[in-house]
Amino acid sequence: MPDPQAPHWARYDLWDERQLSHDRFAVDDPANGFCAADSPADPRPSLVIEHGRIVELDGVPEADFDLIDEFIAHHYFDLSVAAEAMAIDSREFARRLVDVNWPRPALVRLSAGMTPAKLAEVVGHLSTLELSFANSKLRSRRQPSNQAHVTNAKDDPVQMAADAATAALYGFDEIETTVRVARNGRTNAIACAVGAVVARDGVLIQCSLEEAEELRIALAGFTSYTETMSVYGTEGAFLDGDDTPWSKAFLTAAYASRGLKARCTSGSSSELLMGFHEGKSMLYLEARCVCLQRAMGVQGTQNGGIDGAPLTSSVARGGWALLAENVLAALADLECASGNDTRHSESEIRVGAKIMPFLMSGTDFICSGFGSIAKYDNSFNASLFNAEELEDFLALQREFQVEGGLQHVPEATLLAARARAIEAMTAVLEELNLGRLNADQKRSVLVAHGSDETDSFMPAEVARMNAAVTERRLTFVDVVRALAARGFTTEAARLVAMARHRVTGDYLQTAAIIRDGRVVSAVNDPNQYSGPGTGYVMTPERRQAISRMRREVSKDDILAGEGATGQQEARHWRLVGKGDALPGDDPREVVVGIGPGFGVRLHKTTGGVPLYRVLASLIAGIREGGGVPCVVRVHHTADTSFLGLTAARLAKSGVGIGIQGKGTTVIHRADQAPHMNLELFSQAPLITADDYRAIGRNAARYALGQAPTPVLIPYRGQALGARFHVQTALLYAIETGLVDPGRNPEVLEVEFYDRNDAQRAAR
Amino acid sequence: MTATTRNAQPASLDAVYPVGEKQPEQVRTPTGRPLADLTLANVLAGDVTAADFGITAEGLRRQADIAEQSGRPHLAQNLRRGAEMVAIPEEIVLEIYEQLRPGRTHSAAELRATAERVRSLYGAEATAQLIEEAATAYERRGVFGRRV
Repeated sequence: MPDPQAPHWARYDLWDERQLSHDRFAVDDPANGFCAADSPADPRPSLVIEHGRIVELDGVPEADFDLIDEFIAHHYFDLSVAAEAMAIDSREFARRLVDVNWPRPALVRLSAGMTPAKLAEVVGHLSTLELSFANSKLRSRRQPSNQAHVTNAKDDPVQMAADAATAALYGFDEIETTVRVARNGRTNAIACAVGAVVARDGVLIQCSLEEAEELRIALAGFTSYTETMSVYGTEGAFLDGDDTPWSKAFLTAAYASRGLKARCTSGSSSELLMGFHEGKSMLYLEARCVCLQRAMGVQGTQNGGIDGAPLTSSVARGGWALLAENVLAALADLECASGNDTRHSESEIRVGAKIMPFLMSGTDFICSGFGSIAKYDNSFNASLFNAEELEDFLALQREFQVEGGLQHVPEATLLAARARAIEAMTAVLEELNLGRLNADQKRSVLVAHGSDETDSFMPAEVARMNAAVTERRLTFVDVVRALAARGFTTEAARLVAMARHRVTGDYLQTAAIIRDGRVVSAVNDPNQYSGPGTGYVMTPERRQAISRMRREVSKDDILAGEGATGQQEARHWRLVGKGDALPGDDPREVVVGIGPGFGVRLHKTTGGVPLYRVLASLIAGIREGGGVPCVVRVHHTADTSFLGLTAARLAKSGVGIGIQGKGTTVIHRADQAPHMNLELFSQAPLITADDYRAIGRNAARYALGQAPTPVLIPYRGQALGARFHVQTALLYAIETGLVDPGRNPEVLEVEFYDRNDAQRAAR
Repeated sequence: MTATTRNAQPASLDAVYPVGEKQPEQVRTPTGRPLADLTLANVLAGDVTAADFGITAEGLRRQADIAEQSGRPHLAQNLRRGAEMVAIPEEIVLEIYEQLRPGRTHSAAELRATAERVRSLYGAEATAQLIEEAATAYERRGVFGRRV
């Protein structure tokens, strides 16, 4: 029992309020499956071949092979390299994975001779940094890409079409949808296909459903790929998942026979979640899954935790293990959609950190489902990144110049595409007599962040539409005709072009995507990274594209803003030059030295206080404190310290205030060293008009020989640099641009037109 | 598997892949029409139908060869099984898949009969072998137990 009298550190209370406090951390417990790598139950690598037949695999004799061992033994190994590969020291092979002088093909070839335990041992030698680097070398396609989830809570096809267009514009090459209500798959698939072609050509579409229904929707031509063929690392989990390696291999070939791109799903912790972990480590079990997938002949995998990512992330070394899984997939020459599709943590810091190794290395699909829609609309559950955090992702791409597959889209472009997607989808529904929306309903979808804000189709109506689509055996040809009949010719032609790709089968090759109407895969765009300047290098145009953000600020923006403010505020005050400033003779005099841009090109502080009010407040404060104000314009410097010291040396009292146009202020005294002031107020964004008044008051009191309490500007830990430094640097550059080194300080006459300001200043 | 898995990108692949760009004239639809016929105009005129937009066994074997040449023998083998399954109707494909799931069939003999059927009816040798291999493995591991 905790002692209720014992002291309790207050910081824990603060920590308990943070997002991280929702996350749980599991104690390492290999016997119960909580172990990222190197469980005592993991086998030592071994491979015994007799007369071309594998008779022992990772310590298990042939007679005891489980289904997974057996499938791997039959289909995985390249026996021409197995002896060589197994004999290589694992640490030596790990070094080759990060050595740019070892080309990918040689490593991939040898990996087909390594057992799951051997592969797990190899990647076990790599640090997180090395894993990320190995990934940049081993991933199969040169050009990284990204996949979006597009779903909504109502299965509303019109919103789905608008959101698919949005996702396609942001750059996603694959769109995965699924349903809230199982029978709504067809309209979801149609909506994603129609929305995507409004934005551009070539987005691959998937509708994740029960296998038979998924296949039927694909056969109707609405979708082009599948990725939900789950495989597991233990026999128990596999059977519990209602499949075997053979049933999944059969299904993989079945999808190929219908021209569908396919990838499997695996990921650590799935065995733990299902209760069949055998006490083995997550990494070793995933190595088995990866070998199995290569053996089945599927072109790719989505792995890296997937639904198990939160559980893997709960153990020590969990984040490392998730990355290691993806490196295993890349080494096995599989297209890798590298997880990052499940919110593994409530902590935004952990989310941002988790994505970085993937952004640095690039992967075939950074997220096997980036939640491009509102979190609550995600029928797969919230993803690692979601619509809410999409701009954070863009900021990461931008600042590290890494390829995450996405780019900023201007609002006008976005709204135009959404509007067209809505019109196209409603046209299809009307032409096929499936449903109708009025103008207000369409508009609700246009501007909606998510389905909470839409007044569109409801689940019951959508279910009726789906029954009709199924019963009438509608195919993509019916959708093409409907689009063409209503003038959506480009969209209709793009749907036909997508269907043509199926006939060629080009996107069945490893890691295929479609860019500008062309199939790009590991065959015709292989990753051949071998050091700086090789592999994927962004074009200057791409660098520019990923460098765009909303709310970018330039000097012109600031000048235009200041110019507008200046015009508005000219009615409040006037500053009139009265010739060179000379030392005064009133011992109560406090000189205010304003910077060269103050009230000239700059008109408000970074805290938003208009400069006429700043000056009125300073003057009022000086009078309140018993001083006599005098305002001079300093031309030869814009530096706060020297503004203050110049002012102080002109004042008979020896006390002056220096203030820049952006609001940074100092109280200075003539006999002090330049940077040894009386009071400095460097956090201009936080200084209010009342503070300026207090600053004036204190300056006067110093002038009268008193020792006032320094003015404290309350600070609550805001990231002032992030919020204000762009503006601050630009404003300061404007002011330094006005410096005239040879010009003397100038006495100013200040006139306030507003009676309140005038009274304040006069008091 | 004994094929060497050299993962080079032979220049010869540039001449053949992507097939739709490099040798579109080689591609036929399931109804025997050339790829060039698959246009919006023909769809709207009713000259081509949804049935034309499928892949053929020949098309899959061509992609299997490309996979093999790119150093991906496993993928090539999968595509060859796929080529065999083009001729198998959807219902049969889904029925065999169902049979291969745990506990759906109750003896190796049942699965072997299925294998024999796809071999004799569709000439699907690689697919038949896969099913026969499953039969043996399921028997040894007791996968024929009851599920529902």
